[in-house]
Amino acid sequence: MIFSIILKKLRDAFTDLLPIIVVIAFFQIAVLKQPLPQLGEVLFGALLVVAGLSLFVQGLEMGLFPIGEEMAHALARKGSLFWLLLFAFALGFSTTVAEPALIAVSAEAAHIASEGGLIDSNSDTLRQYAFGLRMSVAFSVGLAILIGVMRIIRGWPLHYLIIGGYIVVMLMTIIAPKEIIGIAYDAGGVTTSTITVPLVAALGVGLASTIRGRSPLVDGFGLIAFASLMPMIFVMGYGLIVFG
Amino acid sequence: MGFLLDFLKILLATCKDVLPIIILITGFQLLVLRQPIPHLRRLIVGGLYVVAGLALFLVGLEKALFPLGKIMANQLSDPVFVYGTSEAVLHADWKAYGWVYLFAAMIGFATTIAEPSLIAVAFKANEVSAGTISQWGLRITVAIGVAFGISLGTFRIVTGTPLYLYILVGYLVVIVQTIFAPKSIIPLAYDSGGVTTSTVTVPLVAALGLGLASTVPGRNPALDGFGLIAFASLFPIVAVMGYAQIMDWRTHRKSKIMEKKNAL
Repeated sequence: MIFSIILKKLRDAFTDLLPIIVVIAFFQIAVLKQPLPQLGEVLFGALLVVAGLSLFVQGLEMGLFPIGEEMAHALARKGSLFWLLLFAFALGFSTTVAEPALIAVSAEAAHIASEGGLIDSNSDTLRQYAFGLRMSVAFSVGLAILIGVMRIIRGWPLHYLIIGGYIVVMLMTIIAPKEIIGIAYDAGGVTTSTITVPLVAALGVGLASTIRGRSPLVDGFGLIAFASLMPMIFVMGYGLIVFG
Repeated sequence: MGFLLDFLKILLATCKDVLPIIILITGFQLLVLRQPIPHLRRLIVGGLYVVAGLALFLVGLEKALFPLGKIMANQLSDPVFVYGTSEAVLHADWKAYGWVYLFAAMIGFATTIAEPSLIAVAFKANEVSAGTISQWGLRITVAIGVAFGISLGTFRIVTGTPLYLYILVGYLVVIVQTIFAPKSIIPLAYDSGGVTTSTVTVPLVAALGLGLASTVPGRNPALDGFGLIAFASLFPIVAVMGYAQIMDWRTHRKSKIMEKKNAL
């Protein structure tokens, strides 16, 4: 039973990777016409990625997602604004801290920054820089979900907030050090993947369906949009502190 | 032995990464909702899976996805491959990097079309629009959007033009579209920007950008290397709203023609 579930997950993860494998194989064979260096190691790594991702998603679906969804519903019904907002913030923060893509990219960003001579290259500074990046992103996602929940409760139109956010991003770009701009813009897309999207979407849709006069399809969405906008602003702020 | 030690280190680090979620859930369940945690055993087993899976994924990422992105970037932008000479080239000629743009576009398209969260979004968009937006139509539109976005992003890295100019133009397009797009699709379109960049795509695409910036002459990874993911999360917004607008316009036109026919 468990075995067949894991097998299905493995197959799902493999299907996700298949298009990438096809494209890379096509380029190696038809365009570059040379073998991939370290092929064995890359294949072994790809196997770990598939196994790891399927275990990870299986674990989330077993425990975390049902509980997260149930809690979002229970808190929405409870009707206490304070606890709801606190939960929204904590949910955004804690799911972002565990987001695999963010862990990987922030470590890489620290390497690049040290190679470019922006920060010292000893391992403590590297870790601190990567940690700082992740914390600014996590904090900003927490804040974004909090504002998004306020929006659903109050019924503010989404596009005003998003366009306002775009304007703030552009203003921050003017004052932010140029070494941080690339990673800051990327941070928006990095934050919202495996864990954050399903839990946050459950919170939004659950909330919109318990509040009278809100449609889950129209008001339930939009939380992810905030979660990918806010990190840009905060990472640029982090850059101002570190490089500024 | 070295591998095992690395793995244990990463395993310990992932425990720390997952800790905030555990504190959040137990804290709220016991202190705020004041209820026992349901299915405690499943939660614990699931938690162990999450930690082990995350650690495996991160080890595999270091060994496969990052090197792969960099190797492909290095090979495709190798002066011997691009210019046919091994002499040092001082200024990059953007016209010589056609294969890079094509590779970026294909990776973007391939990873997006199979993306599970996009499939979910397409399903919901079909529901919101009462059937005017077809699921496959939307998925292909978004995949083309991402392909174009990442391809344009590699063009930006090769030319070294400032990222914010591209993003600014993209934002202006989004704002103009927001005015004209059907209201019900707007939140979904904004969300689709975030969901199309998955856990596997992000490291691969990031490594591609960083690799390109380090081999294309005159580029600096710290300044030019990032930004591909930003493109990949902006273009789906434009694509979803654009697709909804076209479909909306087509149904309007169709119903007008029908009215005319009925009037006759």
